[in-house]
Amino acid sequence: MALGDDALVLAQRLGEWAGNAPVLEEDVALTNIALDLLGQARTLLSLTGDEDELAFRREAHEFRNVQLVEQPNGDFADTIARQLYFSVYQELLYGALAEGGSELAPLAGKAVKEVAYHRDHAEQWTLRLGDGTEESHRRMQRALGTLWRFTGELFEPLEGLAVELPALHAPWRERIAGVLGRATLEIPEGADRTAWSAGAGRQGVHTEPFGRMLAEMQYLHRAHPGASW
Amino acid sequence: MTTTVTTAQADGHATADPHALAAAFDAAVADEVRIEPRDWMPDAYRDTLVRQMAQHAHSEIIGMQPEANWITRAPSLRRKAILMAKVQDEAGHGLYLYSATETLGVSRDDLLDKLHAGRQRYSSIFNYPTLTWADVGAIGWLVDGAAITNQVPLCRCSYGPYARAMVRICKEESFHQRQGYELLLALSRGTPEQHAMAQDAVNRWWWPSLMMFGPPDDESAHSAQSMAWRIKRHSNDELRRRFVDICVPQAEILGLTLPDPDLRWNEERGGYDHGPIDWAEFREVLRGNGPCNRERLERRRAAHESGAWVRQAAVAYAAKQREAGRAAGHGADQEAGA
Repeated sequence: MALGDDALVLAQRLGEWAGNAPVLEEDVALTNIALDLLGQARTLLSLTGDEDELAFRREAHEFRNVQLVEQPNGDFADTIARQLYFSVYQELLYGALAEGGSELAPLAGKAVKEVAYHRDHAEQWTLRLGDGTEESHRRMQRALGTLWRFTGELFEPLEGLAVELPALHAPWRERIAGVLGRATLEIPEGADRTAWSAGAGRQGVHTEPFGRMLAEMQYLHRAHPGASW
Repeated sequence: MTTTVTTAQADGHATADPHALAAAFDAAVADEVRIEPRDWMPDAYRDTLVRQMAQHAHSEIIGMQPEANWITRAPSLRRKAILMAKVQDEAGHGLYLYSATETLGVSRDDLLDKLHAGRQRYSSIFNYPTLTWADVGAIGWLVDGAAITNQVPLCRCSYGPYARAMVRICKEESFHQRQGYELLLALSRGTPEQHAMAQDAVNRWWWPSLMMFGPPDDESAHSAQSMAWRIKRHSNDELRRRFVDICVPQAEILGLTLPDPDLRWNEERGGYDHGPIDWAEFREVLRGNGPCNRERLERRRAAHESGAWVRQAAVAYAAKQREAGRAAGHGADQEAGA
């Protein structure tokens, strides 16, 4: 359920970009990624119950997504930084899951192809923004720094998951460092794994913008109890 | 591709007689030969196509806004996925249509600048607000339905790139239309509140959808010439009647009424007569005074302006890569080896 919530919440955030992207091609790309994530969320949530009940009837504290994915879109650099951190993580996670024999293996096998595309998209933009103009470099570096403290939570152990999440931290950091190096960007300093907030989202403790995001997402469904759509 | 026109050009008229070219063009159009980008064409034909195709492309991308307005609030995950896919398709349609328009010698950037400056139009329908979830269904059923009625004949339009773009677009549009209809059907057969929501949406979208076919035939400035050039195949009123005839039985199946007390079957003509359209409203919307004209254009400009630094970054990066490629003495850029 935690992985389903990650995908659902990030899909919701990316859906906010529709019609607002810097170029039409990005309207297509960001919506495409959102759709992939929504597809993953639907499959994962359906494993534990009714997808709509879970998405629309839970309170904020019942969601188990990491705080990283609920962060507001900000500018394009903020969105790309969030996407880079998360898609590299998802690629490692789904790769490991696909190889294992758990019930998530078939899903992960399918999703890992989508996620490789998301990671490539985020990398390509990290390179362009990092090694583009002075302004884009500055914005990208700032976005990476702002979101850094939310990355530690990705690697907190998750009960019942067939993958040892802490073990993914080193390869994740190595890959991020590789991309940032090519993009002439620096890996942010400061706490990631030991940040005070690490693990909070997985326990149902979220950041302030999350409540508003849910209010918007759930209002119509909640306004018509028992209706089907 | 050999058309009558290129044959005429190839016959050795280096300084071709304009009358001969025009006559060959007219003959090609009359013979249903597709005009292609490198063929000779009258300036006015080119201008008309640029105007119409650009407006069509702009409508796709402005049309993302009223629907995207509901992506974050869609009431089920299935509906959210359908809506996201639809908005994504619209961006794709915009891209096809800008490419097709570029074959006439204009650039996408230039067309977008004209849209942002208010010098090129988009469909009047997108100046109406989406106030409830049912509007998403009404747009699918009525607005996409009207668009398809307009666009299917364009698949046989005399200009090849436009006709081919329309073939691809119409396939996807019909799919969206069915999904919109199905959304309304679910609401209409749902709770009393859902039914009322569906009826209210149809009440608000019906007349604006009829206006999508343009002014009545006796007031349509471009119609006669466009029909002679086979850009257009049917008159505005003819297409509008065809659309009404299709919608009336569909509304009955939906269990919803159309907001027109004068709507009735005309035995003699074998079709439905509808009541008078409020052309004063239509003209106001075209003049920029519809409910959302300002917001739609502002939103589009804001997206473009706040994305300027991103586009500049992409250009600067590409230039650096080319430079690095040259310095390394070959064309491969860093990424290719990464």
